[in-house]
Amino acid sequence: MVDETIPRRDFLKGAVVGTAALATGGPAATQTGAPGTATPAADVEPLLTLTATEHAFIVAAVDTLIPADELSLSGSDCGVATFIDRQLAGAYGMGARLYRQGPFPKAKAELGYQLSLNPREFFRAGIESANAWTRRTYGKDFDRLSGTDREAALKAMEADKASFPGFSSRMFFDALLQITMEGFFSDPIYGGNRDMAGWKMVGYPGLPATYREEVKTYFGKKYDKPPRSIADFS
Amino acid sequence: MATVLKEVDAVCIGVGFTGSILARELTKFGLKVVGLERGASRSTRDDFALPNVRDDLKYAVRQELFQDTQLETVSLRHSPGETALPIRRLGSFLPGMGVGGAGAHWNGVTWRLLPTDHNLRSHIENRYGKDAIAAEMTIEDFPVSYDELEPYYDRFEKLLGVSGKAGNLRGQKIDGGNVFEGPRQNDYPNPPLAMSMAGAIMEKAARELGYHPFRAPAANMSQPYTNPEGVTLGACEYCGHCERFGCEANAKSSPQSCILPVLLADNRFELRTHSYVKELVYDKQAKNVKAVRYVDTRSGEEYEQPAGLIILGAYVFNNNLLMMQAGIGEQYDPVTGKGALGRNYCYQVSGNNITVFFEDKVINPFMAAGASFGMNIDDFNGDNFDHSGVGFFGGAWISAGTSNGRPIQTRPVPPGTPRWGREWKKATAKWYNHAFNIGASGCNYAHRENYLDLDPTYRDALGRPLIRMTYNFHENDYKLAEYIGGVLGKIARAMNPTAMSSPAVRRGNYNVVPYQSTHNTGGTITGANPKTSVVNRYLQAWEADNLFVMGASVFPQNASYNPTGLVGALAYYAAEAITTRYIRSPGPLVQG
Repeated sequence: MVDETIPRRDFLKGAVVGTAALATGGPAATQTGAPGTATPAADVEPLLTLTATEHAFIVAAVDTLIPADELSLSGSDCGVATFIDRQLAGAYGMGARLYRQGPFPKAKAELGYQLSLNPREFFRAGIESANAWTRRTYGKDFDRLSGTDREAALKAMEADKASFPGFSSRMFFDALLQITMEGFFSDPIYGGNRDMAGWKMVGYPGLPATYREEVKTYFGKKYDKPPRSIADFS
Repeated sequence: MATVLKEVDAVCIGVGFTGSILARELTKFGLKVVGLERGASRSTRDDFALPNVRDDLKYAVRQELFQDTQLETVSLRHSPGETALPIRRLGSFLPGMGVGGAGAHWNGVTWRLLPTDHNLRSHIENRYGKDAIAAEMTIEDFPVSYDELEPYYDRFEKLLGVSGKAGNLRGQKIDGGNVFEGPRQNDYPNPPLAMSMAGAIMEKAARELGYHPFRAPAANMSQPYTNPEGVTLGACEYCGHCERFGCEANAKSSPQSCILPVLLADNRFELRTHSYVKELVYDKQAKNVKAVRYVDTRSGEEYEQPAGLIILGAYVFNNNLLMMQAGIGEQYDPVTGKGALGRNYCYQVSGNNITVFFEDKVINPFMAAGASFGMNIDDFNGDNFDHSGVGFFGGAWISAGTSNGRPIQTRPVPPGTPRWGREWKKATAKWYNHAFNIGASGCNYAHRENYLDLDPTYRDALGRPLIRMTYNFHENDYKLAEYIGGVLGKIARAMNPTAMSSPAVRRGNYNVVPYQSTHNTGGTITGANPKTSVVNRYLQAWEADNLFVMGASVFPQNASYNPTGLVGALAYYAAEAITTRYIRSPGPLVQG
């Protein structure tokens, strides 16, 4: 399925120049469907916390990590950018379940996350660094790059070959990949995995997951029932 | 100033498995017991209900049921010379919080230790010589032997309704059960769970190699079950949401599903939630804990609850913290080797695994029970194989199975697959339903430099120092991991898979990020010698007669097995000593 209602790249170009209407969702937002439905234009859900520039980065990034092909729509068309916006705006983004007392010295990677930033702040800094790096390297913000250059830029970050101030590009990339996969595979109630696209791609049946008989009757056999999600039982 | 409350017979600190068991045994005996739980109330009906109990993001990833590190965490350094830093986000291990504790969100694997795990030091010395154990390996015997503890293992298995098959019934070895286990007086209370495809593949390969495959004992009900408390558990739905989740079907044993219904109905028991125990009021002269001070987290008010008997049933780290703060026992010093409190902190040598891929086999990983839903071997566990010349002691239980197919965290791809992009999508779609792991959970034997004490810098929400963990893997662990990695490779090849990963072997520093196991042990260890242990064989503190310490913090070292079976058995063993001996004649049950 292809996005028919609004050409995303044009939308993103608009977002990058920062028009207020687009940054807050704009008229297109009113046309979007509820989360969990297969509305192709739903990547223009109104934003809770991401700036237009950040949103453009996230859309371009998740569409590179999860490109559209015969297996699924693109990451953003599956709601992953919406998911990330909502997660960063909520308890997780604000640092829930994160011990935040200092001091915060440099630490070995095996000691885990040791920064003073909450996830929202971390992604703000990381996106800024990533765009600064692609401007230095390619002369443009990440979302303005060709598909090939986006892939190369993400690979450079993944391999820690992009130089970021403060924390490593690999650390940023790993966090970006993690939250992208969360958005692609979590229950659609959070705005990602729209129409259970991620679950359909792998064949995960979702809910209710009561297989007392099926564990025997489907032994060695593909379980082919269509997936269902929390909304289907609420 | 804390408000001083009226004295009660007994206080249980923490209302998880051990707190619930002790409270039940003590109230049955006629005592008035108060249970102090730092978290909120949690019930199956309200908190573990469909459909939201299947929310993978909320429970498995955002850690809804675990200890909140904003309130409390531990710090880590790899050796005594380093500065410890706080574990800011849980990863490697996941302590619980709230009624039920970690018992609400565990997987349900319920082992007994091998007889030779119980008398570990003397067994190794007898078999391999007095000098076989390196000086820095500070392993000990459990003061309670397997035979002594057998009836209490049995009792805990019946409370839980463990599903499994005996491999050694009163000395008779039974094929299909674990033939390496110690003699059992009774079979498991429930038959084994259904077989998974992964388990079937493992069974065939293991038999071809001459090993002894068996089903892991699972506190997931293979059929509806009424336990000796009269509580009925439902049959497992194989939903693939055990670990990190509550169970809506009461088919996974938990304090909620096994014991709290009777305990909460007993007016001799009073549950106080939101009651965060801050410190023990210790009278060193009298060798007695007079009271427990706690904060009501709804108001911030402090209370002092005097009690005749104190059951310390918090998680490993809080057990240590409360005793260290009160000064009950001498802090262990790794340089001099003096002091017992904080000594022999151990963990698990896990993270050894291989993923196998089968183009022509459907695995259905999402139809699963938590407790190692597959087949296991114990041929390379403990001292079940000859360690002459291998350069290490201990081993691992090896398991091939599926505990879930929740795709945020479980989506295996063959080695060499990129982590994202078109190729990743293709591989993920192709292999998700055609792969599983062979894993190994290894013994972790005590090392002189692995211990717990109080952090000098970082504090928790109550203003107390964090527990500082000084911990790393050492030579015994690395050699064990290499050896077991070789066994995993052999098993994987015998399965003849389409593709397989190379064995992931535990190397390098202990890393707090990836989940390994919530099998933290030690620091308040049980032993026969008050100089090297904190509690006696009845889990009574050597330095405080009315303080009994529950849980894996009393393990002198960690066997390969998940600790809950032993934790439950020791809880019943201690409860019996308290009700039959201590209450009649308060004082030390063992002369130090």
